[in-house]
Amino acid sequence: MNSHRVGFLTSGLAVTVLLFLILPIVIIFPLAFNSSDYLSFPPESLSVRWVREVVTSPGWLASAWLSLRIAVVATVIAIALSLLTAIALVRGNIRFKHGLYALILLPMIVPNIISAIAMYFFFAEVNDFSSVAEISIGHAVLAIPIATIIIASTLQGVDQRLENAAMTLGATRFIAFRRITMPLIAPGIASACIFAFLSSFDELLVAMFMGDRNTQTLPVHIWSSVTFQLDPSIAAVSAILVLISVAALLAANFLTRKPRA
Amino acid sequence: MTGRLLLRVGISPSWLLLAPTLIALTVFFIYPLCGILLKSFIDPVFTWKHYARFVHDPVYLRVLLQTFTIAGWVTVATILLGYPLAYFLSRLKPGTAALLMIVVVVPYFTSILVRTYAWMVLLGTEGIFNQLLIRAGLMVRPLQLMYTRTSVLIGMTYILLPYMILALYSVMRGIDTNLLSAAESLGASRIRAFWRVFVPLSRPGLGAGALLVFILSLGFFITPALMGSEQDSMISMLIENQVENYFDSGFASALSSILLVCTLLLFAIYGRMIGLQNLFEAKL
Repeated sequence: MNSHRVGFLTSGLAVTVLLFLILPIVIIFPLAFNSSDYLSFPPESLSVRWVREVVTSPGWLASAWLSLRIAVVATVIAIALSLLTAIALVRGNIRFKHGLYALILLPMIVPNIISAIAMYFFFAEVNDFSSVAEISIGHAVLAIPIATIIIASTLQGVDQRLENAAMTLGATRFIAFRRITMPLIAPGIASACIFAFLSSFDELLVAMFMGDRNTQTLPVHIWSSVTFQLDPSIAAVSAILVLISVAALLAANFLTRKPRA
Repeated sequence: MTGRLLLRVGISPSWLLLAPTLIALTVFFIYPLCGILLKSFIDPVFTWKHYARFVHDPVYLRVLLQTFTIAGWVTVATILLGYPLAYFLSRLKPGTAALLMIVVVVPYFTSILVRTYAWMVLLGTEGIFNQLLIRAGLMVRPLQLMYTRTSVLIGMTYILLPYMILALYSVMRGIDTNLLSAAESLGASRIRAFWRVFVPLSRPGLGAGALLVFILSLGFFITPALMGSEQDSMISMLIENQVENYFDSGFASALSSILLVCTLLLFAIYGRMIGLQNLFEAKL
């Protein structure tokens, strides 16, 4: 692309917006690695006091462990369903494809507060599941759109003639898919796992409505303490969560490495 | 084989692959959503009373209007901040742009709760801005920044800005800058070439980004609930309040139905104008 010169003013404005985007996230770190009893900036001295406090606190650990379990279950369910869906959408010859696509996207389109209270009323009537199961199912449903999108777009990039070639050489349809296509879309599936996992791990409203006092996920725990807890423990939790997101992002980027960002 | 048998009966095997997802979505999502719509009308027999309450009490109409106003301002703010940055990024070498794009994408993947917390810490009465202002001797007393309309707008703009930038960037990077040079060689000034050539070509990204940000703003909960005051309530907060504090599931369902219909209508427009496939481009 021919690079057209960008004006001085525009560049200045762009850099300001970049700072606006990154500073609030960067600022969490000096607050988290602060030695004093309250949030002070700049920190008087650096220490890992609050990070240690958080990672050894039974309350925070229980929430983190619960969130982890729910996110793993939700991811497994969402990925299994999304893989089948993506194969049907990309390879299948079906009618109403656009309608189906819109239907599958719906959980991403409907505001989370509505999904959360709809499921809350539903599970209050059904009353067969434990809170943890309810939250896991809810998170799996909410993760289906993003997982389907990622897997479908990876599958679209795989040449179907490779499978046909395998089949002319005697492989069954299933073997051809498993041995030829699966390895090719594996990075897409892995990246879908990361996004599904993060969407569950960060989800607040479903977990808040379906959970009770004993099932507080990490976001619910943050939510319930963010307004009154003035010590730097939430900053420490936040710093850890930022690092997890960055690691997940790097992993996803590494898996689906494309020439464009 | 099973496949052949199914074909003979007239069911394509694709539907078999879709069946688990469709059943899961129907049972755990569509059916509960229909439950909300029904609950808003039936209590215990058919009634309009929940909608009548919404229409007759000016408080609720004010909140709905406020929700649209806030969504509108957030959309405008994300355009004003996002457009120059997306333009700047789209004119850089691809490698440099990809590197700077990290700054856009890291906030995008950070928990909304964490990002909102960061702004609460920045803007609070004992917050970083106020500490710095007082230490610099510019202020004697801390400014009231949190729990105002402004803090809600700042927080929401911050969280939705990456959506706008990604939507704009994906269109802008496809615009051929030779067109700008051509306009200039024909006598247009740099500014005129930009407004008459570049801006119209970027319109699809602008439309997609604005519609997406507006729709997401309408149903936003976490940021306005943590950073706003009662006066700046949005409809999502009203819904949560009706369920958590008043246990009024009928009225909460009516409010949800109103928000749901608004959201779905706007998405239908999005699908018609831009195509739902492009939703994912914007979502990476």
